[in-house]
Amino acid sequence: MTVYFNEMYNDGQVRVPYRQLEEWMNNMPAELRQMKQAQAEDLFRRIGITFAVYGEGGDPDRLIPFDMFPRVFTSAEWARLERGVKQRARALNAFLVDVYGRGEIIRAGRIPAKLVYQNAAFEKAVVGIKPSKGVYSHIVGVDLVRTGPDEFFVLEDNCRTPSGVSYMLENREIMMRMFPALFRENRIQPVDSYPDLLRRTLASVAPEKCQGEPTVVILTPGHFNSAYYEHSFLADLMGVELVEGPDLFVQGEFVYMRTTEGPKRVDVIYRRIDDAFIDPLCFRPDSMLGIPGLMDVYRSGGVSICSAPGAGVADDKAVYTFVPEMVRFYLGEEPILNNVPTWQCAKSDDLKYVLDHLAELVVKEVHGSGGYGMLVGPKSTAAQVAAFRERIIADPGNYIAQPTLALSTTPTFVEEGIAPRHVDLRPYCLVGERVELVPGGLTRVALTEGSLVVNSSQGGGVKDTWVLAE
Amino acid sequence: MLSRTAENLYWIGRYMERAETVARLMEVGSRISLLPSSQGYRSDWQSLLQAIGSYDAFAKKYGDPVQRNIESHLFFDRDNPSSICSCIYMARENARIVRTALTSQVWDAINSAFQEMRDLERTPRSELDLSRLTEWTMRHSAQLRGSIEGTQLRSDGYDFLNIGYFLERADSTARLLDVKYYVLLPRIDFVGSGLDNYQWMTLLRAMSSHRAFHWAYGGEITAEKIAHFLILNPNCPRSLLACASELLFHMDRLGRQYDRASSARTEARSVLARLVETSTDDIFEEGLHEFLTGFISQIASLSGRIHESYLSGDLT
Repeated sequence: MTVYFNEMYNDGQVRVPYRQLEEWMNNMPAELRQMKQAQAEDLFRRIGITFAVYGEGGDPDRLIPFDMFPRVFTSAEWARLERGVKQRARALNAFLVDVYGRGEIIRAGRIPAKLVYQNAAFEKAVVGIKPSKGVYSHIVGVDLVRTGPDEFFVLEDNCRTPSGVSYMLENREIMMRMFPALFRENRIQPVDSYPDLLRRTLASVAPEKCQGEPTVVILTPGHFNSAYYEHSFLADLMGVELVEGPDLFVQGEFVYMRTTEGPKRVDVIYRRIDDAFIDPLCFRPDSMLGIPGLMDVYRSGGVSICSAPGAGVADDKAVYTFVPEMVRFYLGEEPILNNVPTWQCAKSDDLKYVLDHLAELVVKEVHGSGGYGMLVGPKSTAAQVAAFRERIIADPGNYIAQPTLALSTTPTFVEEGIAPRHVDLRPYCLVGERVELVPGGLTRVALTEGSLVVNSSQGGGVKDTWVLAE
Repeated sequence: MLSRTAENLYWIGRYMERAETVARLMEVGSRISLLPSSQGYRSDWQSLLQAIGSYDAFAKKYGDPVQRNIESHLFFDRDNPSSICSCIYMARENARIVRTALTSQVWDAINSAFQEMRDLERTPRSELDLSRLTEWTMRHSAQLRGSIEGTQLRSDGYDFLNIGYFLERADSTARLLDVKYYVLLPRIDFVGSGLDNYQWMTLLRAMSSHRAFHWAYGGEITAEKIAHFLILNPNCPRSLLACASELLFHMDRLGRQYDRASSARTEARSVLARLVETSTDDIFEEGLHEFLTGFISQIASLSGRIHESYLSGDLT
């Protein structure tokens, strides 16, 4: 029987960061809790935070479940996480500049060439380009899990366009509205500077050709996208335009947007569209979402694209194994945050181990996301394991495996009252002229008892994440 | 402002005004159908559907114009692009796209209309009579209008919302007037008969202005007075002249904000000039139907100009 680390109760004691919450929790009768929960849901629906799940159809205005029980870190715990996350974000960016440049890390034999250059996410079209300020990934979302008081593991990095930050901001907003007293009693570090920091980060990587105040825009695939709410929310808080592909066009060496006052030059594009779709002349010719000619302007330094095309190679699940190596190679430091030990099914020794221990491992597709196409060995039936075994044997290179981690739990409001549920954490690290991290992040919680899958598409919810002041 | 944002705002205005017009039309239809007439109840509804150009689609889907089917078609039918539900859905979609350009009260007004509409769609039809549906529509339309006036920043976005509203309103007043004159009263010898007056009254009621009319004119209802009221009276909020001067007002504001001339503004000025220089005698001499047809096509051309000048993103 695995013992899970409970972030509130340890050895029969309430841990320090949760002390104030115990009283709050005990003084909340069921009726009040239900009333508050309904109030929170109403607020979410009114302000329109909903998400759509790809390929599931149904109500396009589904709410992501919000759990009112906050998840809390002390400032000391956070300080370490912050150093670790920033370190990782710097190393990942150094790696990207390197592999699209001279490839020193490969020449030094620290990462196999094949893994990088033959990777589907390696973008040949940007070889030799050094983006403004040497930053490829401007927003790095690091997915972390905890297994003990001081044990944190990085599950994966998200270097392209990690989503979910709007929940970090809205969850806090709603908690402050519903429980103002909690915020008076606890000294909780604010997160609401995030949109300003994001705008500053984006403006700091404006191309050299840009004179004066840079014009920043957010590029969205459109209002049918499941994350559209987040796109418009960020645009609103940053005070920048939210554009779609057809709103932009290329003329000469610059990109312009169509406005009621005529064309206006755009300097920085924070795109929430995949590489493959941003320029039909360079990538997928059938893309209706992109801007023809954008990549030419980008190459000649007329516009900055955030994240830069090609950034995806750094968050590939097979490249992930080498991130600690990157930290040592580029920064000359020891990694502060650990990787989860990972077996590459492409290697025959690893494959053998994985097939022998399938029932105790978590197996993921190298390019999968959203909790789809994965096997959680201990939570699966023998038949499911057997079926998955066939899939791995058919295409071993497509899979990696990791031990099933004993994810920590935090108290969560459920039907019967309060019960421990498993959580993870995604902080959002901003990389521009400076590297910044707001004290907080998105805590996702697996609402089903015993479940380790926190993805919103599979019954996960979200919580407000607190970092206490010293 | 992004051209597309301006376009979304413009269509919010148009769709919400259109929903209101359809509600008014449903009122006209149901009132007229209560009136004994030589043509019978059936053909009156038919005429109304013809007037808004949706008779063929209706006949194809439902067959005979039975009132219940007409209510379905005009209120609930998402296949009918002008039904109230379609309009509210489209207005809300447009609003969702430009959430950042709207105040939270304005979004709330549109969004709660949409959420309530989904409840109505699930309500058994036996519990919904026509007047409840039309009153519901008018109430939400007024709520939205009120939140726009009360909270929306007076920037260019406010002008585009209003341009949408008044363009649609000018078009629908002209059409409602034309329905009465051309479709409901096909034979000239009905003019001035009791039937004629009853229909005029109904039309005024549908515009929520039948009391206002009495205050403004007094005495007998005549075709001339009504034509003056709905076309040339600047005090009547739905008159063509009032709509045209609102349109020009907002385009003048845009001209000042952007510091440039536009073909849309020039055309709006000439639409207004034509109305100002006209009298009811001129209109009846030309023929009311001919005059209204001419006006409707001017409005269509103006909407094309607005698109060119502001919504396409090219400089003209």
